[in-house]
Amino acid sequence: MREQRMVPEASPDSYYGRPIIKEPTWKTPDVPLYLFLGGLAGASAVLAEGAAVTDRPDLERVARVAAGAGAALGTVALVHDLHRPERFLNMLRVLKPTSPLSVGSWILAPFSGLSAAAAASSVTGRLPRVGRLAGVGATVLGPPLATYTAALLANTAVPAWHEAHRELPFVFAGSGATAAGGFACLFTPLDQAGPARRMLAAGALVELAAAERLTGRLGLVGEPYGQGRPGRLMRTARVLTAVGGTAALVAGRRSRTVSVLAGAACVAASVLTRFGIFEAGTASARDPKYTVEPQRERLRARAAERARTLGR
Amino acid sequence: MSNSLSGPLHDVAGDAGHEAHPPRMGFFTDTSVCIGCKACEVACKEWNLVPEDGLSLTGMSYDNTGALGASTWRHVAFVEQPIGRASRSTDLGMPGMGPPPDATPPAGPGQETESGEGGVRWLMSSDVCKHCTHAACLDVCPTGSLFRTEFGTVVVQEDICNGCGYCVPACPYGVIDIRPGDGRAFKCTLCYDRIGEGMTPACAQACPTESIQYGELDELRERAGRRLGELQEQGVDGARLYGADPDDGVGGDGAFFLLLDEPEVYGLPPDPVVTTRDLGSMWRHVGAAAGALVGLGVASFLGRRR
Repeated sequence: MREQRMVPEASPDSYYGRPIIKEPTWKTPDVPLYLFLGGLAGASAVLAEGAAVTDRPDLERVARVAAGAGAALGTVALVHDLHRPERFLNMLRVLKPTSPLSVGSWILAPFSGLSAAAAASSVTGRLPRVGRLAGVGATVLGPPLATYTAALLANTAVPAWHEAHRELPFVFAGSGATAAGGFACLFTPLDQAGPARRMLAAGALVELAAAERLTGRLGLVGEPYGQGRPGRLMRTARVLTAVGGTAALVAGRRSRTVSVLAGAACVAASVLTRFGIFEAGTASARDPKYTVEPQRERLRARAAERARTLGR
Repeated sequence: MSNSLSGPLHDVAGDAGHEAHPPRMGFFTDTSVCIGCKACEVACKEWNLVPEDGLSLTGMSYDNTGALGASTWRHVAFVEQPIGRASRSTDLGMPGMGPPPDATPPAGPGQETESGEGGVRWLMSSDVCKHCTHAACLDVCPTGSLFRTEFGTVVVQEDICNGCGYCVPACPYGVIDIRPGDGRAFKCTLCYDRIGEGMTPACAQACPTESIQYGELDELRERAGRRLGELQEQGVDGARLYGADPDDGVGGDGAFFLLLDEPEVYGLPPDPVVTTRDLGSMWRHVGAAAGALVGLGVASFLGRRR
């Protein structure tokens, strides 16, 4: 067996091994937590409206509260993440389609108000029509709230995020659905929790498939999703999602205990997924090879293409 | 407007909404004549009142500045290379004293020292914000704090910035950063206050070898092309322009460079691309995923009652 080097060989491909791009200054747990809460809230709004339409009052109440509380806590996390929180209202100073954070602020602000109103009405029983109307509004904004955060991460120079821009929205949609379904399973009686279990299971399927495709397609740049702490977070999340999804489908209908445990597993998995993805991105920003090597590869391919065209 | 997000764009200021505006201004940093004096770093700090950001030693080279950041708007990189990697002794046309060019050249001019087999050459380069044609920091800024000036440069309005930090990981060059203790994002303004008065930016003014040249971008590009030709004629194999091509991933830089080795050797990305080039695809996928979430929600309510 060859001896392992204690020090990595000096590489001519970087400036003293320093990162080329800056590591995100976004705070943990604020931002990954917000990613989770946004997904939970957005998908819960959809679940709540379905429950209202199909007359499942207990499920509706739980989901409305999840949507309202998720958005409120998410807003707090997002404002807390600002390095100048007293200027948070500047987020609504302009609307820029090139900035997912701007678009997201314009989704989150009305969603927070609407989902809070819907939750308050659902819990107190007051102003049912206004509450319902607010709920419909939140349902329209919910899916974009759960998925725009993928563009938030992807629209950066961070290799592991940017290169994943096709799959991340689906991972986040699935993860949001598993969280919303899982949360509802925790507090909803069995006879009304059917849609929550199905949402959990379907979300788990979408999330696992999209994450699988993501790491498969990304190659070198996808490495951080499987290594170190982010790798452990992602693997644990995957197991919890698979186990929770399967348990909910197989035995969740008969046993409240199984339903609750499956729900808890899926909520936890959604949290872990967001932290895993967040940390994989920062890891890929720290190591210059994830920035340099794909770009070198691109240049080589372009040069080869040019040579081919000239040779013809 | 076409090419607002990526690709060549001649009139950046016009694209940003400036109707009558001066020509696009920029920097051409010719690293072949940089002597690593760091006058640019000092001049920038002094003029712009940029605070101190660490007086530590990196222990890796004469570069104790490290990298561009919120309080470092010019950064001189020092690269120590074993001879043989790219070079032989060449007169780079450094300004200086000594015999006229037609006299016998003195022994060992240029950037190399030779001492038997252990010779090294030094690459020095003053890095700065690139003031991209397609600036990711500006695109992603949610408050409108970052804006495009009438000179085509990119500047942060510090009275607007709320420190969200989105510009930091968006920059493909790792230039802009949040200043600790202050919370807002800072970077080179290309001395917006000075150039508005017809003055030269502090770094270019202070540069003793004219390694940093300030002027109209079109003119700088021509000048850089000529300089590259000269160096290539003299046999400097590694010489290349970096950021001068309007067809590159950021539509060309407002501040571009003449380098003597691969960009990554200087800590620069070899083929940077503005992230918003893929904006359409990102929003399409987000939309599709949101649609999938709706479908998934509806499907959850189909089928049996329990």
